[in-house]
Amino acid sequence: MSVITVERKVLEKNDEIARRNRAMFSERHLFVINLVSSPGSGKTSILERTLEYFNKRVKVAVIEGDVQTDFDAQRIARYDAPVVQIVTNGGCHLDAKLVEDALGSLDLSGVKLLIIENVGNLVCPSNYDLGEAMKVVVASTTEGDDKPLKYPSMFQNASVLIINKIDLLPYVNCSLETLRNNALKINPSLKVFETSCTTKSGISEWCSWLEQNTNR
Amino acid sequence: MHELSVAQNICDIVQQSVPKNELADVRIVRVKLGTFSGVVADSLDFCFSAISAETPLAKAHLEFEHIPFAVRCNHCQKTFENDIGFMVCPECGGAETVILSGRELQVTEIELENEEEKTI
Ligand SMILES: Nc1nc2c(ncn2[C@@H]2O[C@H](COP(=O)(O)OP(=O)(O)OP(=O)(O)O)[C@@H](O)[C@H]2O)c(=O)[nH]1
Ligand SMILES: [Mg+2]
Ligand SMILES: [Zn+2]
Repeated sequence: MSVITVERKVLEKNDEIARRNRAMFSERHLFVINLVSSPGSGKTSILERTLEYFNKRVKVAVIEGDVQTDFDAQRIARYDAPVVQIVTNGGCHLDAKLVEDALGSLDLSGVKLLIIENVGNLVCPSNYDLGEAMKVVVASTTEGDDKPLKYPSMFQNASVLIINKIDLLPYVNCSLETLRNNALKINPSLKVFETSCTTKSGISEWCSWLEQNTNR
Repeated sequence: MHELSVAQNICDIVQQSVPKNELADVRIVRVKLGTFSGVVADSLDFCFSAISAETPLAKAHLEFEHIPFAVRCNHCQKTFENDIGFMVCPECGGAETVILSGRELQVTEIELENEEEKTI
């Protein structure tokens, strides 16, 4: 047997493009977040409430990632924000190349904040750096309070946790405290927000934090 | 879920690392796999065989080195391992910790069968 030593990261190509994206973002003074969650936790709803709250005072652009359809991009376009839809055609996550290509068709003039809504999936997106400043993970009360323990990778990798659909707490078997504690056991440095996109509770806290970080 | 594309990346790395006329001699591709690499070893193995069948790499297979999830506490400086992903220090409850390992997904070595061995 002869042995060739390689020592190469399997996702090195992605990481390299992510670095390129990150350099471009920093050159443009663009704050970029990667919004991740399981399907239906409320990523697009939070985006809608966020755009509504900023009301064009903070100029936001959006990249939507979905396996099929441009429904989410259509929802965002109603708020008059520059938006581009990536359809992955079965792909379970966005990667840095898809984002790089999407950036080409996005008008970023005057934009301070770019929000990338990843494909609804609590597993795969955690391994693909897109060049973002941070990952924001959304967990909704209807998913139960054990998700951080079942999908630790996503919570380890995120800087912010948004617990969404708190308006439904009276009807679901989910303890806010357990959910929060489980997430903090995985990643004690998570910044936690609790929101409802229906009652808009917690949206202003999340948005002011986001605005502060955008302007930093 | 994305083991197929990961397997394709591994094939690409092997093809870039081994001279073309020696690709058929590749027997083992060693892969470092962290507990939280996000891919399942069996599934990756299966995808690799599926992709490499009917290529010069048909006789190659993956061998995994599993890397545990390890965290160091910045408060008490202790290092601890677990496979559930907790980042809080079990010794002092410290929350300021750094991940030391457990996210690896890396090709480390490629083993080839030599000419001499083949003729024996
Ligand atoms: N009651 C309640 N419903 C919500 C809340 N947020 C979102 N929803 C509903 O949950 C469903 C899914 O919301 P989306 O915003 O589409 O979720 P998503 O994470 O973008 O979904 P995907 O992109 O498909 O992964 C919709 O019917 C929303 O109206 C909330 O805070 N409370
Ligand atoms: Mg959506
Ligand atoms: Zn400690």
